[in-house]
Amino acid sequence: MKFTWFNLMPWPDLPDDFREKHRSVWVDIPNTLFDPVKANTVYNEYMDQLEYADSLGFDGIGCNEHHQNGYGIMPSPNIIAAGLARRTSKAALCVIGNSIALYNPPIRVAEEFAMLDCISGGRLVAGFPVGTPMDTNFCYGQIPALTRDKYYEAHDLIMKAWSAEEPFAFDGKYNQLRYVNCWPKPVQKPHPPIYIPGGGSIETWDFCLDNDYNYSYLSFSGYKSGKKLMDGYWERVAERGKDLSPYRAAFAQIICVADTDAEAEKLYAEHVLYFFNRCLHVYPGFADPPGYRTVNTIKAGVLDQFRAEAREKYANATWKTLVDDGFVIAGSPATVRDRMKEMIQTLRVGHIFCLIHNGNMPDWKTRYSTKLFAEQVMPHLRDMWPEWEHDDRWWIKPLSERVRPEETMAVATRDAQIPEGAR
Amino acid sequence: MSTTTGLSSTTVTTKRGITCQVLTGGPADGAPLVAFHGAGGHLADEPMLQRLAERYAVYSPVWPGYGVEEGEELIEDMLDFALHGADVIDALGLGPAHGKARPHLLGHSMGGMIAAEMVAIAPMAYDKLALVAPAGLWLDDYPIVDIFALLPFEFPQYLFHDPEVGAAMMTGGLDFDDIEVIKTFLIGNSRRLGTAGKVLFPVPNRRLSKRMYRIGNPALVVWGESDRLITPVYARAWGDQLPNATVTYIEEAGHMAPYEQPDAVAAAISGFLG
Repeated sequence: MKFTWFNLMPWPDLPDDFREKHRSVWVDIPNTLFDPVKANTVYNEYMDQLEYADSLGFDGIGCNEHHQNGYGIMPSPNIIAAGLARRTSKAALCVIGNSIALYNPPIRVAEEFAMLDCISGGRLVAGFPVGTPMDTNFCYGQIPALTRDKYYEAHDLIMKAWSAEEPFAFDGKYNQLRYVNCWPKPVQKPHPPIYIPGGGSIETWDFCLDNDYNYSYLSFSGYKSGKKLMDGYWERVAERGKDLSPYRAAFAQIICVADTDAEAEKLYAEHVLYFFNRCLHVYPGFADPPGYRTVNTIKAGVLDQFRAEAREKYANATWKTLVDDGFVIAGSPATVRDRMKEMIQTLRVGHIFCLIHNGNMPDWKTRYSTKLFAEQVMPHLRDMWPEWEHDDRWWIKPLSERVRPEETMAVATRDAQIPEGAR
Repeated sequence: MSTTTGLSSTTVTTKRGITCQVLTGGPADGAPLVAFHGAGGHLADEPMLQRLAERYAVYSPVWPGYGVEEGEELIEDMLDFALHGADVIDALGLGPAHGKARPHLLGHSMGGMIAAEMVAIAPMAYDKLALVAPAGLWLDDYPIVDIFALLPFEFPQYLFHDPEVGAAMMTGGLDFDDIEVIKTFLIGNSRRLGTAGKVLFPVPNRRLSKRMYRIGNPALVVWGESDRLITPVYARAWGDQLPNATVTYIEEAGHMAPYEQPDAVAAAISGFLG
């Protein structure tokens, strides 16, 4: 099993009456709620926590891209990842990911991901989301019915740019470039592991299987409601004649660990409820612009997490319902171990994105929960898939000899070391 | 509302290979009038077109994405839309290329935006241009409501002078508590507005202003006084930018003026076309 410590980077100061006063946490959230002075602390605290997770032995540390979003202050995850690349040395840098249809031209992603892979010594996991309608259509103005087409073109361009060894011309529908010549290029060959985060578009499954990419189901609805969708995915994997390696799939799960089940509720309930009640308060009109979902996806009846019924569920959420329904795995290390085992087996997943910081959780609680998970839960879950133990097709291949962060600090501040006789 | 529509339906296939339905009606020897519907598609019994069919040879094509036929993936941008409109007219055997009179063009909302583009591209191919609350211009001080972020129940308040009457017209008696009805609606809505988004999203402006000088044809701009989607301020902007236009306003009508005040709108258009 691989565990990635993920921080969505929520804004921690949404007011108590946010839900009543404002229609959406995303797209048209009042930007006067953002305080840049406070953000100086918030960003650094969140990045420190990611580094802490690396020090505790998490396999990966994760960040993602959202725009105009109260629960994600990372319009550019690459900036966060660049900071992490310099101050960590072991964990994979899971950027899940860059919304490649939004970069003009998308070659920018090929370049920046290559930079991250070089700086980190081959530790990048590259995520290519289609992007939510909120980000892609309403914030960044992409035409809904053409978004997926533009996404595929961007993907083809990036992959060709990474592999081509000579400049080439690209005559796309959305991108025309006379000289594509990726410089720099990634350390990992033929390319970093590619993860495709998806909500519930069935086209994404075939895209992952066509290219042997990891399918990452990112939902905040937990593993019980995720089962139907993941079952559909695994059926498709089997239909396509692919092996059933659990490492083909990743799942995001909110996790809270404390000494006892009661302590977990006492410590974390308010922050988890902050997340569900305020951070996920998205105006439904932004969730599904006509043309974004394909007719096939609508016909399949796969409802994403922002549908009206899910929204109501969040509105009436209590700690008990969230835990009982599997939205949150919380409790003592023993409880969390059991629920995690159930979740991993139920969904057949080899990668977990662990959402341990939640909502407006203070730093000490985040670290407390993280350490308990790393020391008393994670070790017991390592061997869930013994028959796939050596399957590293979807994991990083870092350089064995690479620059270490402890060296960079010393090197960065030293005076010139002038070779003998050089002056 | 009349129980017989007075309009019949035919199907044509363009040279590009897009098949589409066309509502037709009116005297064969009437002046040809090609009418393009808006982003909502044909609604109700098209009462304004029925009135116009009393005098003109009316042809009203269903845009790709709006009918049972497929092919909307071939329409990607405004040029595709405008050329498709011209292709349909050609497929109908209208216009000088077929030894016939130049047709008048009429367009409502998105249909008006496309009709104006068609005339800007080929002003000599058409006679007069009548526009009812056309999309296609953008004034920073009067942002047009984002229809792509509206929930179904929110539409009537922006589209109609009388939202209650409008809501009944829009749902057409469908039961929105039935999950299958909702699914069918979502698929249709996704195709319709998904296609419309190619010219209307995120801002319904494809730079027609740059080409407006080419539309020297006599033009009429009709606007509902209670239009809360594209406010009547835009009527003046169209009147100012079109080289040869008259502007007229319709009382007790919103953006859906052709459905709320079909007699008044049809009368204004007839008076203009002659």
